[in-house]
Amino acid sequence: MSPNFVIPRFRLPAFIAGIGQKLPQWPHALVLVGALNAALKMKLLPETELTALEDKLFRVRVLDTGGEACYTFSNGLFRPVFRPQREPDLAFAANLSAYLQLLARQEDPDTLFFNRELEITGDTELGLIVKNMLDAIEWPALPQFPLLRN
Amino acid sequence: MPSLPDLVCPAGSLPALKAAIDNGADAVYLGFKNDTNARNFAGLNFDQKSMTDGIRYAHAKGREVLLAINTFAQAGRVADWQKAVDAAVDQGVDAIILADVGLLDYAVRRHPQQRLHLSVQGSATSYEAINFCQREFGVRRAVLPRVLTLAQVEHVIRNTSVEIEVFGFGSLCVMNEGRCWLSSYACGESPNTVGACSPAKYVKWDKQPGAMETRLNGILIDRFGDDEPAGYPTLCKGRFDVQGETYYALEEPTSLNVLSILPDIVKIGVRAIKVEGRQRSPTYVAQVTRTLRAALDSLRDGSERFHVKPAWQAELSKVSEGSQATLGAYNRPWR
Repeated sequence: MSPNFVIPRFRLPAFIAGIGQKLPQWPHALVLVGALNAALKMKLLPETELTALEDKLFRVRVLDTGGEACYTFSNGLFRPVFRPQREPDLAFAANLSAYLQLLARQEDPDTLFFNRELEITGDTELGLIVKNMLDAIEWPALPQFPLLRN
Repeated sequence: MPSLPDLVCPAGSLPALKAAIDNGADAVYLGFKNDTNARNFAGLNFDQKSMTDGIRYAHAKGREVLLAINTFAQAGRVADWQKAVDAAVDQGVDAIILADVGLLDYAVRRHPQQRLHLSVQGSATSYEAINFCQREFGVRRAVLPRVLTLAQVEHVIRNTSVEIEVFGFGSLCVMNEGRCWLSSYACGESPNTVGACSPAKYVKWDKQPGAMETRLNGILIDRFGDDEPAGYPTLCKGRFDVQGETYYALEEPTSLNVLSILPDIVKIGVRAIKVEGRQRSPTYVAQVTRTLRAALDSLRDGSERFHVKPAWQAELSKVSEGSQATLGAYNRPWR
């Protein structure tokens, strides 16, 4: 990805969410959990904050693809939760473009929140811990992690 | 034209510090991971290692690191604040930003060589107050509360040899800086006591059909329609029912933005311009620092040709709280 690449703000057509909701949700959860565990293995996540995530249930919902993933953190690993039995402790909801902009550090989460492009519900303090934890990660320099840099 | 003021940018984490430095900050300000600073939020701020790394990074590029110990020492725990001052000196920060006069007194006696700044939380709005802090504690710079008009700022500068720092961009509140207890009214905790306004554990975002409700310790702060921009969940930015009318009774969610009066700020001899937002991400820090750096640099060749580029305004409006910006008290006609 070129250093000048900018992820535009976009919203996928509504019918995609309709299809997405009918597709199995487990691939999203596996990809997300795989990425988080990779970050763990690279020691990118601070251990002091990780203890606050123990046994919490998280849900990431992508509004315009109709996809969602639930996962938890227990015994030092992120694990997918395919059939959550309760409301998540912390839930994120946004369109795909907002998540991509966040991951690429192209937009600030508070900015997206002020502009109502990112929704955070549940345990607000847990949300702050997760947000600050992601912010404090020093991503390895290019080119090892090209997808996460803009 | 006096020399350009320093651009002082916020760092809540090591990546934010690097973002500030890489995008042209002359100085960064940061805090320890505890209630000695007024952004004591979970997961934010610096431990010993990240601070050492951060200071090394900044100094290698010839920039300054300012450490904020800007809360007030609590009864029975004064030693915690004194230890923070000692730790800051040990770390080799360029200046310590203090609000508590007791702590200023401790710092100047214990570490007479250490550069000290008076925090905005010190709430000094007159040159008499600032000159007092210079005489008693050797304060070298004072950060002005966001309540003065530009003419009043100039009046202060003309009557003191202490360097003056003003806010240039960031979220606004009621600006009763260092004296605000609104958060304590709602939840028993406030910046002056725990280092955080409206701590997250008391905040609830509730999604309702067509609206989102914000509650602080159960008190309804605001209800946003789906198309309305949101703000931080503080009492001062809430909409309340006042004699049958519901509106922002104290302050609307908004951000200060001084781009349009930047040449005036430079002309009156402001020594440093501060950006608010240690709670924001490295992305915000990069965006705001880059924009203000470009604006300041364009002044270097003379203020006559200065004009605010639409791209700068667009970038700063985007990251603003409530998606709107104001000149705040700077251009207020009344005093």
